[in-house]
Amino acid sequence: MNRLSLFAIRNLRYKDILNVPYIEIKAGKVTCIMGESGAGKSTLLKMMNKMLSPDTGEIYYKDTSLEDIDSIQLRRKVIMLSQTPLIFPGTIKENLHMGFKLTKKDPVEDMALEQAIHKMQLEKELNDDSGNLSGGERQRLALARVLLMETEVYLLDEPTSALDEETELNVLDNFITEAKKKQASIIMITHSKKAIDHFGEEIIDLLELQENVKF
Amino acid sequence: MENSGIIDIELWRLISAYVFVLLLIFIFRMRGIAREKKLMIATFRMTLQLAIAGYVLTYLFEFSNPALTLVVIIIMESFAIHTIFKQAGIPLPGSLKKTIAISMITGTMFCLLFFNFVVINFEPWYDPRYFIPIAGMIIGNSMTGITLSVKELLQAFKTQRDMIEGALMLGADPKAAVKPYVNHAFDSAILPTINNMLGMGIIFLPGMMTGQILSGVSPLLAIEYQIVILLGILGSVGLSVIIFILLAYKTFFNKDAQFLPEGN
Repeated sequence: MNRLSLFAIRNLRYKDILNVPYIEIKAGKVTCIMGESGAGKSTLLKMMNKMLSPDTGEIYYKDTSLEDIDSIQLRRKVIMLSQTPLIFPGTIKENLHMGFKLTKKDPVEDMALEQAIHKMQLEKELNDDSGNLSGGERQRLALARVLLMETEVYLLDEPTSALDEETELNVLDNFITEAKKKQASIIMITHSKKAIDHFGEEIIDLLELQENVKF
Repeated sequence: MENSGIIDIELWRLISAYVFVLLLIFIFRMRGIAREKKLMIATFRMTLQLAIAGYVLTYLFEFSNPALTLVVIIIMESFAIHTIFKQAGIPLPGSLKKTIAISMITGTMFCLLFFNFVVINFEPWYDPRYFIPIAGMIIGNSMTGITLSVKELLQAFKTQRDMIEGALMLGADPKAAVKPYVNHAFDSAILPTINNMLGMGIIFLPGMMTGQILSGVSPLLAIEYQIVILLGILGSVGLSVIIFILLAYKTFFNKDAQFLPEGN
């Protein structure tokens, strides 16, 4: 494995959902995972975040097997954004603060919070109630929250599925720019061809990868 | 029923009270509510259980000794724990059952011993006339509290799965990820006890106090007992429920901090 390797996966099997002989994901890149529904994209992402463990096979993060890394420490370096946006009852500010609170870190200034929601094109005030947000606004709030958190990798599970194409591309563009400033890598599941064409530096087709292997 | 010998109510007057059950049956039939069977079973069991309890207590009071008192406490605890398992409504995983048993026993025993030795301080320590009714109130109320918290916790872990997993994915530890649901379960379990205290003495006179007054104890002494027993119940419900909840949530996670909605 070379020093650019972020994740390496070998002979991974999980129930009858995943059978992946080999994947290598490079550091510092935007990697898009594509494949039809049911191909196991979300399952694979959850395994990189150690929310699930493979039945057999190995996953390495920066050359260390995930088995040897504490789950919580790993998740703080490899943050995953779930498909269902995580919105807590309360204001937008409280929701942004939750990211720090849950990981026991000190929150940043309000100015930075405002910038983050602005970059995610969420035209709201920090004190607005998050209960009234639409599906797309909830996704952008969830994106703004993780953007504020210090991390090495972002695992994004269909982060912009509820947005129209133009907003989707703008939001992703801003998100990726900010992530790259922090030298964070992005691994993203998306169904949007445009998003893959625009941002995908590496592309993994999960269906194709598993085509020739038996479960 | 044969309890006329113990209670100073003529047998026919005792039986006349069952007219209230008939009233309920009448209402259920009128309204077409399918609760008749449960009411009949409840009435029958209440009568039978109390009749047996009456004879058993008479026997225990007559031949009071420490071993007998302890046996009764063990039976009460076991029955309470078994009732919680059944009331949960679904088959509980083994580790959760163990947690329920541990929290019931430690929570109630700590409060019971404090109550008996510090608050009332009766002699001999195993006097069944005091020990058994006090244990009954403490164990019974903790049982209700834990039952409520079991239901709340299972419900929350089922419906809030996305929220809990979403928090874990960001790097929250299990304790932080479940905190709102754990706190809510504790609150729901303790709230009936607190509400009960609010209405005390104005809206209703509780059973123990009513019993003491009816049997000729001065109301002032009766309220003293009532106050301390309510505080004892509050402590016991609070303690057993918090022990339960703090142990229980851990059984829903494995060593890799992965959430298992079905429990371990």
